[in-house]
Amino acid sequence: MSPAHYIFLSVVLFAIGGVGVLVRRNAIVIFMCVELMLNACNLAFVAFARMHGNLDGQVVAFFVMVVAAAEVVVGLAILMAIYRARKSASVDDANLLKY
Amino acid sequence: METTLAATGVLRYSWLLLAFPVFGAAVLLLGGRRTDKWGHLLGVAMSLASFVYGVIAFFTLLSYTDRSRDLHMFSWIPVDGFQANIGILLDPLSISFVLLITGVGSLIHIYSIGYMSHDVDRRRFFAYLNLFIAAMLLLVLSDNYLGLYAGWEGVGLASYLLIGFWQFKPTAAVAAKKAFIANRVGDAGLSLAIMLMFAEYGTFNFGPVFHQMSSGSTSGGTGVTTAIGLLLLLGACGKSAQVPLQSWLLDAMEGPTPVSALIHAATMVTAGVYLIVRSNPIFNISPTAQLAVTVVGAVTLLAGAIIGCAKDDIKKSLAGSTMSQIGYMFLGAGLGPAGYVFAIAHLIAHGFFKAGLFLGAGSVMHGMDDEVNMRRYGGLYKFLPVTFVTFALGYLAIIGIPPFSGFWTKDGIIEAAWDKGGTSGYILAACAIIGAGITAFYMTRMMFMTWFGRPRWQEPGPQASAEPRTGQPHEHAPHPHESPWVMTIPMILLAIGSVAAGGFLIINQRFANFLAPVTGEPAPPHGVWSTPGIIALVLVVVGVGIAWLIYGRVPVPATAPRGSFVTVAARKDLYGDAFNESVLMRPGQWLTRLSVYFDGRGVDGLVNTVAAVIGGSSGRLRRVQTGYARSYALSMLLGAVLLVAGLLVVRL
Amino acid sequence: MIPHILAAGGGGTNLDAYWSVSFFWVLAVLSVGAALAMIFMRQAVHCALMLAVVMLSLAVMYAMQGAPFLAFVQVIVYTGAVLMLFLFVMMLIGVSSADSLRETIKGQRVWAAIGGVAFMILLIVGIGHASIGSAPTSFSSTGNQANNLTGIAQLIFTTYVYPFEITSALLITAALGAMVLAHRERTEPKLTQRDISRRRVASGQVQPEPPPGVYALHDAVDMPAMLPDGSTTDRSVSRAISQRDPELGRDPQGEVAEDRDAEQRIEAERAIEAAARGETQ
Repeated sequence: MSPAHYIFLSVVLFAIGGVGVLVRRNAIVIFMCVELMLNACNLAFVAFARMHGNLDGQVVAFFVMVVAAAEVVVGLAILMAIYRARKSASVDDANLLKY
Repeated sequence: METTLAATGVLRYSWLLLAFPVFGAAVLLLGGRRTDKWGHLLGVAMSLASFVYGVIAFFTLLSYTDRSRDLHMFSWIPVDGFQANIGILLDPLSISFVLLITGVGSLIHIYSIGYMSHDVDRRRFFAYLNLFIAAMLLLVLSDNYLGLYAGWEGVGLASYLLIGFWQFKPTAAVAAKKAFIANRVGDAGLSLAIMLMFAEYGTFNFGPVFHQMSSGSTSGGTGVTTAIGLLLLLGACGKSAQVPLQSWLLDAMEGPTPVSALIHAATMVTAGVYLIVRSNPIFNISPTAQLAVTVVGAVTLLAGAIIGCAKDDIKKSLAGSTMSQIGYMFLGAGLGPAGYVFAIAHLIAHGFFKAGLFLGAGSVMHGMDDEVNMRRYGGLYKFLPVTFVTFALGYLAIIGIPPFSGFWTKDGIIEAAWDKGGTSGYILAACAIIGAGITAFYMTRMMFMTWFGRPRWQEPGPQASAEPRTGQPHEHAPHPHESPWVMTIPMILLAIGSVAAGGFLIINQRFANFLAPVTGEPAPPHGVWSTPGIIALVLVVVGVGIAWLIYGRVPVPATAPRGSFVTVAARKDLYGDAFNESVLMRPGQWLTRLSVYFDGRGVDGLVNTVAAVIGGSSGRLRRVQTGYARSYALSMLLGAVLLVAGLLVVRL
Repeated sequence: MIPHILAAGGGGTNLDAYWSVSFFWVLAVLSVGAALAMIFMRQAVHCALMLAVVMLSLAVMYAMQGAPFLAFVQVIVYTGAVLMLFLFVMMLIGVSSADSLRETIKGQRVWAAIGGVAFMILLIVGIGHASIGSAPTSFSSTGNQANNLTGIAQLIFTTYVYPFEITSALLITAALGAMVLAHRERTEPKLTQRDISRRRVASGQVQPEPPPGVYALHDAVDMPAMLPDGSTTDRSVSRAISQRDPELGRDPQGEVAEDRDAEQRIEAERAIEAAARGETQ
């Protein structure tokens, strides 16, 4: 398959992940959708690496993975702290900027 | 007309004429209550000082062959293309007025010492009187129209202040306002005339304006001159209470009696006549304007006389008489060079006898606890003998019995109208003659009701007067008594003038020759008797007789009878007020109400609508801020979509 | 099949066209379907499982494109560690905290769908217009190296050494941050052993209470436990069972009631004895 197909797939997965962030209310699920978007980016990077014929894309994808891992760690820790405080994991609770 | 010579010698100090009363007014107004003790004496002294200088100036002027001097005082607006100066012009016309104003004015000042002796605000009264004298002198002495206008406005102000002198009386305050507003209408006409004059001739001074006008060196031609003349007539009507601006004069009787005597009999109301006679070159060129002046004069003559017949208030009856006599002056002034002299002569004579009549009425009021209703008088000749004699001399003068003043001057006007000839001349003469008859009627009525007959003031009945400051009716019947000498001496002096002034001026054409440099060559003189004069005299006798029949032979009823519809109309000032109200006042009120409505609903509605729209839309718009992070994320996504779309549109 | 997937030489081009196309389409459909399922599932755990499917299929795709190292890292690190971390947190937070399917914000779903579809279409159109070109025959940077791993290693430690060092600092920071955030501060001082033993003696109950279930009469999971006052509590039975068994905890053989009566009789006699003894003393 040409890299173009992989990139289209990456776009589709990215869009699905984006819609998932907007639609779900549970904080963990939203986080997981963000992970999906990151994975789609990784796929795009690898496809581009194959297109260009060098490994730079793969190295970047590797770094993305590392950073995503760090991000998940901190994010979930925050989530746990918030859950302990207010006993709810819904992101709609933070609506104090309402008119 | 050649340029006037500059003043020299004594006449260089002519500004003193104005300075004395201005100084008096300033000191008395600014000094306040501190000057209460001697304020009245200062006022009289200033007025007398002006009179003394006036006499000196008069004799100095007589000694010249060319009896005209101009004194430039200062430059008021020295702008290129608009030079306005204040200067004094001394010539026969202005010096005659100066003598009249300061002479009669000083006598009335002296009279006021006695009349206002019980009033707390006497000092303020004298301040305003001095202010009036100053403004009137500026009016007659000014050498250009702009200074005349300044004096014109000044006398209007003084009149307002003096009519409304007893401010606590609502009727007085309203009357003062009415006088000022009616005058303002006339002032608009005068200012338009001055503006037209400046636009046409580029100057305000009398000499250059008349010179350019008569030499026909302008583009406007007689049309402009007629317009100026008619506008000047409008201004004169306002100040002199002629039809159609006559409504304020009868209400002006709310002021103290010396005010009525000085302002609304002798001087201010004659300013209109002065204006017309001073502007005689304008009227000589424009026959239309002259005709308008005569028509106004004739109509007012008759209207004033009819109103005077029905009034029970002695001051209002005299006011109607004043209106009528000034109508005579206007009639004379509109007849051209033949009539100017008689108009001014009648003006001077009228100044004497009308002031005398008013001061006499004031003396009667002083003795009768300020009662003005003639139906409460009766048989007073026993109690106020000096007043009776002076009043009677004034009465004989005004109705035109020879050899008293009125005969000479009024007959002069009637003869001038008769000599004009043509339809207009005979109609005007007829009006004047009939007017003389009616004058005789109402003046005789006044005499009978006041001085003769049964005393009606001892019975209880409707009482018009009340305590001035509290408004409470008097507790007891009045005790009529003669006035003190400070009030009777001026009346006596004025009575002498009433007797002698007319003959002095008219016989041997003395006044005509004196005024010739200003008004032009006079007409050839008549004999003492002439056809219209005899007819007038006959009608006068008839009028006296009718009045005796109604008021002399039969006792005067204490309450006014209903009367015919003419009487009812005359009591209502010939519906002058009703006309003004329905034609001017109510539409004015509707107009203001309409504009208030538009302002409130239209303009305010627009502004409020803008505010409401913004408020409402912002209230709706703030609902976009839901506070949910997800909706913000949605807007981020949509923004990203727009961005990508934009990029694609640009690069594809 | 593995050699077919892990293309030799790290190029990814010696895969059979038949294999690469079929694998691609299968995996593509699978991953898109799993992604869609992920965003629509109610339970969070199910979403995590779907995400695992997506990640695994992506790993295979990496392998197909000549990135074997990345494929294994994806499986081990991403799916194995990160996703498990998600599951751990779900355990701590509460598995049963299910999302209600009703959307509270008006128009959010509609506009999210429109935005997502529009985004997808725009990007596809844009990228479609770009000339992607076909894959080259081999990776250039592995020309000097033996295989994919060595090539990546060379890149990381030479060209990208700065990002590498900084990323390592980031990881340390993240670990510390997680510790700090998840830390719970004591609100009262920690009880020492001395304090605990003092409390125990003071309370009167020195020896520990028998662990639950010592005096149990039944060990069936559908029998409710007995409380100290003798009543049973249905909460001790798993909800999964209690929801399905309406006859739960009714003591069908009357043993619990017998025990209670026996207990009361014993108690009454002990009271009489104590009263008798107490009076004589």
